Amino acid sequence: MQVEVRVQLKKEVLDPQGEAIRRVLAGLGFAEVTGVRVGKLILLEVEGGDPAAIRARIEEAGREILSNPVIEDFEVRLP
Amino acid sequence: MTEQGTGVRGQGTGGRRARVAVVIFPGSNCDRDTLAGVEAVGGEAVPIWHERSDLAGCGAVILPGGFSYGDYLRAGAMAAHSKVMTAVRRHAEAGRPVLGICNGFQILLEVGLLPGAMLMNRTLRFICREVHLRVERNDVAMLSHYARGQVLGLPIAHKEGNWFAEPDVADWLESQGAVALRYCSADGEFDDDVNPNGALHAIAGLVNRDGNVLGLMPHPERRVDALLGGVDGRGLLRGLVEAA
Repeated sequence: MQVEVRVQLKKEVLDPQGEAIRRVLAGLGFAEVTGVRVGKLILLEVEGGDPAAIRARIEEAGREILSNPVIEDFEVRLP
Repeated sequence: MTEQGTGVRGQGTGGRRARVAVVIFPGSNCDRDTLAGVEAVGGEAVPIWHERSDLAGCGAVILPGGFSYGDYLRAGAMAAHSKVMTAVRRHAEAGRPVLGICNGFQILLEVGLLPGAMLMNRTLRFICREVHLRVERNDVAMLSHYARGQVLGLPIAHKEGNWFAEPDVADWLESQGAVALRYCSADGEFDDDVNPNGALHAIAGLVNRDGNVLGLMPHPERRVDALLGGVDGRGLLRGLVEAA
């Protein structure tokens, strides 16, 4: 199954890249966009049948390598 | 260069030269300068490929600059999980000297040997230029050749050097004397204009509690010869070699 891991900078961490994109959007007339945050979407092909077990394993991977808990949060999504 | 060293003898050292491991990851690109820098201050530089599980009996280890694994995922994240890092961690935990330069500093943060994490520079740009740094600690072996408060001139070359930790963690580290080097003006003063990347507390280098693990974003190995821009990096490498 395909498992998504969404990695985001924590809310309290400034995201200058997102802010730069917001300014460009405003310049293009997208004035209604008041905030932009850039994250990562990691798609994993995973073998196995038990969703709870898969979630637990991928959350372990998220903590170990896919995110840096000092600056990032992550979320695991199963289909 | 061979596993036995790079050939040029240290001057006037007498007996055996101290062996310093320079770890090479796929994508390291400051390894040759670092090997040469170690030799220039009288050490025996030993290149160590990242798949090795030991440090070839070296007394000190340097993680050099570059783009290990192309900075994939996060700068230093992949290298932090390579085989040699188990040996580097053991070395650090035994109180032996470990120096991380630029990408090497990022790797030390990713393995947790030093605290915090690197964000992208606040300018969003790769910055390659000379900076001034104030020496905040000279009571650790690697910085013992400098005076406290001395201003060094070293180059930086990075895009992820914006050091971050939760503000109360940063304050706590400050109170513990973890800040080894700080970006400053030519006069050793601080203001936001002299902070090139936005690092909290203008932190350019951190040292662990025992003083044996040091990480810094600037490149001391690029300042070991007056012909190549200055010698302010020599003291750091000499301090490391002496502690090896």
